[in-house]
Amino acid sequence: MTQPPLTLFEKIWRQHVVASSGEFDLLWVDRHFVHEGSFHAFDKLDSSGRPLAFPGLTFGIADHYVPSDLSRLDDDPEVAGMIRLLEDNTTKHQLTYLGLGHGDRGIVHVAAPELGLTLPGLIIVCGDSHTTTHGAFGALAMGIGATEVAHVLATQTLWQRRPKTMRIHVEGKLAAGVTAKDLALHIIHQIGTGGATGHAVEYTGPAVAALSMDARMTLCNMTIEAGARVGMVAPDETTFAWLRDAPQAPQGETFEQAERHWRTLYSDTDAHYDKSVSIDAGEVAPRITWGTSPEQSVAVDEPFAPTDSEATRSSLDYMGLTAGRPILGLEVDQVFIGSCTNSRLSDLRDAADVLKGGTVKVPTLIVAGSNRVKAQAEAEGLAEIFRNAGASWGESGCSMCVAMNGDSVAPGKRCASTSNRNFPGRQGPGARTHLMSPAMAAAAALNGKIVDVRQPATGAPS
Amino acid sequence: MKPVTQVESPALLLLDANIDTDQIIPARFLRKPRSSGYHHYLLYDARYDMQGQPRPESPIPESTAPGSSSAAKIVLAGHNIGCGSSREGAVYAFVDYGIQVIISTKIADIFRNNAIRNGLLPIMLQQAPFDALVAYCQAHPQATLTVDLEAYEIRREDGSCLPFELDDGSRERLLKGIDDIQATLAWQREIDAFAKHYLAEQPWVVPVNS
Ligand code: SF4
Repeated sequence: MTQPPLTLFEKIWRQHVVASSGEFDLLWVDRHFVHEGSFHAFDKLDSSGRPLAFPGLTFGIADHYVPSDLSRLDDDPEVAGMIRLLEDNTTKHQLTYLGLGHGDRGIVHVAAPELGLTLPGLIIVCGDSHTTTHGAFGALAMGIGATEVAHVLATQTLWQRRPKTMRIHVEGKLAAGVTAKDLALHIIHQIGTGGATGHAVEYTGPAVAALSMDARMTLCNMTIEAGARVGMVAPDETTFAWLRDAPQAPQGETFEQAERHWRTLYSDTDAHYDKSVSIDAGEVAPRITWGTSPEQSVAVDEPFAPTDSEATRSSLDYMGLTAGRPILGLEVDQVFIGSCTNSRLSDLRDAADVLKGGTVKVPTLIVAGSNRVKAQAEAEGLAEIFRNAGASWGESGCSMCVAMNGDSVAPGKRCASTSNRNFPGRQGPGARTHLMSPAMAAAAALNGKIVDVRQPATGAPS
Repeated sequence: MKPVTQVESPALLLLDANIDTDQIIPARFLRKPRSSGYHHYLLYDARYDMQGQPRPESPIPESTAPGSSSAAKIVLAGHNIGCGSSREGAVYAFVDYGIQVIISTKIADIFRNNAIRNGLLPIMLQQAPFDALVAYCQAHPQATLTVDLEAYEIRREDGSCLPFELDDGSRERLLKGIDDIQATLAWQREIDAFAKHYLAEQPWVVPVNS
């Protein structure tokens, strides 16, 4: 009997089914990450009276409540208390904990992949929706809620209904100055924030295969903004090369054994997807969001809110904009380069290329995604370029992506941001967020307004 | 978890599309302990201004507050309610406010999962019946809706009746108020057998330092 052709997603799912009940499968979980916000789950676990099932497979990392300036923790006992609560819970349950001061700490979606905790073929969960990021390695990775986190802690399994499958095929090649962030915003604009709801997305095609691991992570990271809980790329030579250097990845003979398995993780020819979308990478330009949803974006040389409707009006009102004018030249009050979307080494290199030799016109905060990235950026001189340009260089963590650690955008202020969400209030009550790539954000910092990073005249004086 | 069988109340209308979890509960409240209730924080920035004063244009009228005579237990929500993050606090905010049912044309995946696990019934309707229900509630703001999970029905005071669907597993969980962890213990033998086999076959899945 021959196997029917399967997608990458179906292969991994099948390998993890422990039991089934009605429409739900009980899945084995390989990796589980907890952060400060997971305290509700620990409370639920404790009240269930159950111990942790497999402490070696759950990792605690402080990220959400870590401010870019650690000295501020002294003045904010509530924020500091959140980090302490995580430390207490991980100590109590004997989990590996990467806390303040740990050289490997960082945003969970940056730190775990670089440590090699994220591997192809694994089921990875975390009480954070951007867990989709880890799909860049060909893992099945998804965000879960606190009750589910407690369930994973107690049983190392998770009940899930199997989502449908969706392929996003990207033909062609991204042009110079166009990044995975632009591609992600382009796709979300095209299919909408609900365009992939209920589906596990697999990105395929030459433009995806050509992406670095950093870029694949950016793409998979934003998949949740299109409504999908899973976004993945099949593992290939780029993936294996990354893992070979990772400290917690399998080593030696075990690595070879693992790699043999990883090479079976691809979608079979003729595998069926419930939905398919095709994108031409050549059509993607640097994109910027103008509204309060990640789907509300335009190419840098387009006017925003092309149609003035009731739906766009509330976004425009919140953003303090009127329909029909070009986004080019829009003044910004500040710039944030960071978050699990765009705070890896290549993102910081992109920003440094633009900032080198220039001076920022508006307050600019640059935050590495992890302490490892931070150390590397310092070693190769990127941090110096940032400081010389007048930007602030902060402690790694979620920082200004989310207004919960003391870094935030003031009411009514306009921020060019490399993060992933421009919802009302996301970066602070009344804050106005424009999402874009690191290079575009750096160019906005130099000019105090939105410019097209592809036009040399708008970059740093050379 | 409190079982949900039959819920009767006037409906609270939150009809904007894409009400995301950041709006449902702003991030700064997520550090609050649950013990004092999350109902204070439900749609906080839309209800209160920067000084903490109630906004006249608040989407939640005081008359629907928990404990009031016409307290709402049912929400009719715009398309794609609960989109955004996995924060379960968004569900706690509704639940602590006394909401037991959310009806929309689309409810975001993770929010929906979280809802079912916290005794909040998520109902997705087609556009036309949803619109009709909204029109009815707008025309009769005091009217009571009855959501009957046993019968899969939403009944209006005028006798009209609307069917809805929900998968069996979620329905049972809500009807009986089943706690997840306890329920899964019935599968402990399967879990142990799977783990033994799986970890032996694929030694690389366990991180080197643990
Ligand atoms: S950087 Fe932002 S989106 Fe990413 S995990 Fe942190 S808060 Fe969430």
